[in-house]
Amino acid sequence: MKMTLPQRIARGLVYALLLIVFCGPFWGILATAFTKNTVQPGQLVLWPSNPTFDHFIYAWSEVKIWIYLFNSLFVVAIATVLQTFVSALAAYALARKRFRGAAIVSLAIISTMMLPDEVIAIPLYLILHAELPLLHTSIYNTYAAMILPVVGWAFSVFLLTEFMKAIPRDLEDAARVDGANELQIFWRVVLPLVRPALGTATIFGFLMIWDQYLLPLIAVDDRNLYTLPVILRSLRVDEVLQQNIFIAVTVVATVPCIVVYLLLQKQFNRGLMSGAVKG
Amino acid sequence: MWFHSKRLRWIVPWLFLAPALIIFTWFKFVPIIKGLFMSFYKVRFSGSDQWVGLANFERALSDSALHAASLNTLIYVVSTTIAGGIFAFAVALALEGQARHIRLIRTAIFIPAVTSIAVLAEIWRILFYPGADGVVNQMLGVFAVGPQGFMSDPDQALFIVILMQIWKNVPYNMMIFIAGLASINRELYDAASVDGASAFRKLWHVTIPGLVPAFSVVVMLSLIRGFRVFTEVYTTTGGGPANATEVIMTNIFKAGFERFDYGYAAAVSFLLFAFTVCLTIVHVSVKNRIDRT
Repeated sequence: MKMTLPQRIARGLVYALLLIVFCGPFWGILATAFTKNTVQPGQLVLWPSNPTFDHFIYAWSEVKIWIYLFNSLFVVAIATVLQTFVSALAAYALARKRFRGAAIVSLAIISTMMLPDEVIAIPLYLILHAELPLLHTSIYNTYAAMILPVVGWAFSVFLLTEFMKAIPRDLEDAARVDGANELQIFWRVVLPLVRPALGTATIFGFLMIWDQYLLPLIAVDDRNLYTLPVILRSLRVDEVLQQNIFIAVTVVATVPCIVVYLLLQKQFNRGLMSGAVKG
Repeated sequence: MWFHSKRLRWIVPWLFLAPALIIFTWFKFVPIIKGLFMSFYKVRFSGSDQWVGLANFERALSDSALHAASLNTLIYVVSTTIAGGIFAFAVALALEGQARHIRLIRTAIFIPAVTSIAVLAEIWRILFYPGADGVVNQMLGVFAVGPQGFMSDPDQALFIVILMQIWKNVPYNMMIFIAGLASINRELYDAASVDGASAFRKLWHVTIPGLVPAFSVVVMLSLIRGFRVFTEVYTTTGGGPANATEVIMTNIFKAGFERFDYGYAAAVSFLLFAFTVCLTIVHVSVKNRIDRT
């Protein structure tokens, strides 16, 4: 279908408007973080005049954002890997095995998909404080308190189970005839075949864990364990912190999600589609 | 190996399930049950709890602050669901297709959907800074509108927070609609064209019916996200000014972590949880009815 000139212009204007609304603010903080001139709260620049890295260097050395960046990256890396691995193990049992209790287990796990994490915040807070058996210590105020609660994620189990169900039984049987044991079948046959789904589970897990706010808020109270989303609010109320530096910290907190999204975009879109189809 | 023996075979699936079951039990199922129990007690952090029966629930039902927060939550949910859905649908229609530049624009405008809420909140606070210097206030100045209070004005604050949620939801919902559009049978459009249907009639009779599953996902996601909303409000306004943006979850958070009224907070949480479950059941039954027709 050929478009007339006015139609083309109208389209172009719509695209420009969408880009300004949804990306403009990100451009604004990026430009402001790199600009030498000091801005007042509430101001952004459109173009970095006298571009400089000073604000990032200051944020790095004086505000010590590397502590919070490390915390965020550490928590998200360990938790995402554990989450995907634990989900894959569970999905293998649910998708490839027939056993008594399977229906109840999958119902119990799926039912937590509808459970907003926020509504268990209060009891979870007390449980994080509780002394663990044998260890005689609680995990409150440790990385584990921010990691372990997000390791169990029904969406990830559900997604991987659906994909593992689709693998033909012949492949598994052939491996079994060759003398492979359960772990080998899981690791060498099933996991490689669901690699695209693992990618999808990983990116959704990453974004979900990176975005955690209430959990780190209730799981730790040592400032040195704060993650980037949590420290932002404390830095904002810090009156002496210059606005450009605060914006530079905001940029640092934004970059990892965008990079991961761009890298794993295909897997991400697949996840959205499967959600849209299955509802 | 030992687990090849017939007698021990039953244990294999449970070994694979064990890590997930332990984590889910300790961090999901136990808190749910503990929360339910707590809601019948006056909980003391140290010392023994005191059974109070339904007192926490009675307080919740007669708490005017909670009523106001529930009303705000309802306004929040309804407006983010409707506006987020309609705008996303319009954007999806504008950005449908596989052309390279369109895919690029889709990727670019998706950025707010993958950025953490805490970051979005800071961006929002900069854009809607109440002073005359604020970005949006400067833009309004061009149209000779005086500086607005935005999130520091009790009459506007809730609207501005809702706007942020819509800003985040539109790109996400758009992608779901795009997936839905791609799954509509092309032949239906061709058949409609042969019949001489106008663009509007095609939209009404082919596109929208074909997008029912996508609409269902979008509405459900928005509803669930909306009723549990916490971070969006806590990081932008903290519930203020003058409680104008207080929602159910910020109310629970303050009861629990500022007033240490755990039993009461657990009771309100339980009500919210029960409500979410009802909502899910309604959604599933409506969906089944649609699927059957």
